[in-house]
Amino acid sequence: MAAVTLDNAAKIYEGRPALAGITLAVPEGKCLALIGHNGAGKTTLMKLVLGLARPTSGSVTVLGVDPANARKSFRRQLGFLPENVAFHEELTGADTLAFYARLKGFSARDCPALLDRVGLSFAAFRRVKTYSKGMRQRLGLAQALLGTPQLLLLDEPTSGLDPLLRHEFFEIIRGLTQAGTTVILASHVLTELEARTDLAAILRQGRLVAFGDIEQLRLGAGLPVTIRVRGDARAIASKLDGSFLKTVEPNGRSIDIDCSVEDKMPLLRLLAGFGEACADLEIRPPSLDDLYLYYSGRGLSAGNDGPVSP
Amino acid sequence: MNSPLLIFAGKEFSDGLRNKWVAGATLILAALAFALTLLGSTPTGVLGIKPLAVTVVSLSSLTIFLIPLIALLLGYDAIVGEAERGCLLLILTYPVSRLEIILGKFLGHTAILSFATVVGYGAAGAAAAWAGGGDAGSWRAFVWLLLSTVMLGVAFLALAYLISVLVKERSTAAGIAVGLWLFFVIIFDLALMGGLVASQGRMGAGVFASLLLLNPADVYRLFNLTAFENVRMLSGMAGLSAAVRFSPLVLLVVLAAWSVVPLGIAAAVFKRREA
Repeated sequence: MAAVTLDNAAKIYEGRPALAGITLAVPEGKCLALIGHNGAGKTTLMKLVLGLARPTSGSVTVLGVDPANARKSFRRQLGFLPENVAFHEELTGADTLAFYARLKGFSARDCPALLDRVGLSFAAFRRVKTYSKGMRQRLGLAQALLGTPQLLLLDEPTSGLDPLLRHEFFEIIRGLTQAGTTVILASHVLTELEARTDLAAILRQGRLVAFGDIEQLRLGAGLPVTIRVRGDARAIASKLDGSFLKTVEPNGRSIDIDCSVEDKMPLLRLLAGFGEACADLEIRPPSLDDLYLYYSGRGLSAGNDGPVSP
Repeated sequence: MNSPLLIFAGKEFSDGLRNKWVAGATLILAALAFALTLLGSTPTGVLGIKPLAVTVVSLSSLTIFLIPLIALLLGYDAIVGEAERGCLLLILTYPVSRLEIILGKFLGHTAILSFATVVGYGAAGAAAAWAGGGDAGSWRAFVWLLLSTVMLGVAFLALAYLISVLVKERSTAAGIAVGLWLFFVIIFDLALMGGLVASQGRMGAGVFASLLLLNPADVYRLFNLTAFENVRMLSGMAGLSAAVRFSPLVLLVVLAAWSVVPLGIAAAVFKRREA
């Protein structure tokens, strides 16, 4: 069963379309990445799902109900981390979390465990004004996790987190989805989302230009795989025929070869036969960045034929 | 304490304690009230006027300037400030109604104002009582002074909330709040006076008095300076009050309407708007 369904949903703010014709479904326990520039409509889509805004046309169904008209108890099942939230500076982290717990109708007794889970118990009794950006973000996450929500929405959740914290953060998300929570997260930092989300939705100027699991998107895009070879670049370049797009680094020590997915294995075998000239190689599948550029570029040139190459 | 209304009210009050709003407002009111009480009681011994009645007159004149300002400053960012900090968007995703948010915060701010008024002015009243005492009539006037002062504060708090839901930026709200204060406390009376002079007395007392009801600060002034016999003699309002006979009850109802109507509109606007 889908936890979140949007059917041809559109939102117009003051005459300006913020979202148009969005149709997508997120199955229960899956993690969806919303990808797009600032202003692409990620936050508006989240507001529709949260019931903070009503679609101008089309429909939104969340956990079986219309979020904009749901009873307020429906919102106990939601967790949300806004993009920019400034908690009261004078309150301690523990007091802040206790306030939100009571507001959500949960006992403040579980707050210490939650602070521990996001790695903030060491600073629980310090004022929020002494917190770093990452600590504030963790407090925000703790607040979103109150009462183990059925649906978790996170707007730019990893901004301000260092790589170690980001890793911990995705571990928490993984634990939640395994326990059945559906997660939607918006981000414009793409590489970190790879292999961590089940589904991706790419938004461009309020339109959904691609939606599916990342492997599907990769196949659909048909982007080349890049193989970087270190060694005697010029020798390799001269041995390869002209069917590959080759870029030799100026220093002559490495070469980038683009090839289609089908050509990849034959090319690797060929390279292996070059002996000493090929010292090391590295295979790079198209990244989420490449996919994003591909799909959003195509969205921009809608009407023209042929994708804009990344 | 588990109703969201009370959670918001409690949060607002404890925030007020934490950021020294409560202490500041109480101290300012107490200090000025003490000063007026002491000044007021110096010359009165000879004339035999009850010091407490004098205190009521001078305190109500002070209140008209100070309480609206405190209330407007306290309330103008109640909603727009939360929106600007991003907290409002978050709170709206919680299982609470918008009515609970706005009324809960309003309740908390009302508690701050009431506390500051009752403690600040009450201390001065106690000092006046200790210094010279007052008869039962003066005490009644003093208790009504406290109550109507809270009502005046609540009326301006409601206006501040209305500003706070109507504008998009905190700084705009601050500007309008100060403008509103100038209008009701200074410009309104000057304009009315000007109108009276310009009409060369053709403006009837009834019209003049009705126009006064359009300003909560004037309603408050009429109530405190004309409703009680002891006070009326001191306030120089005896002549006016002979012409303008609104019963104290009518004045209190009008003052209450000045809080209910703006707050009602604010709540309705807040309920309808999208985040």
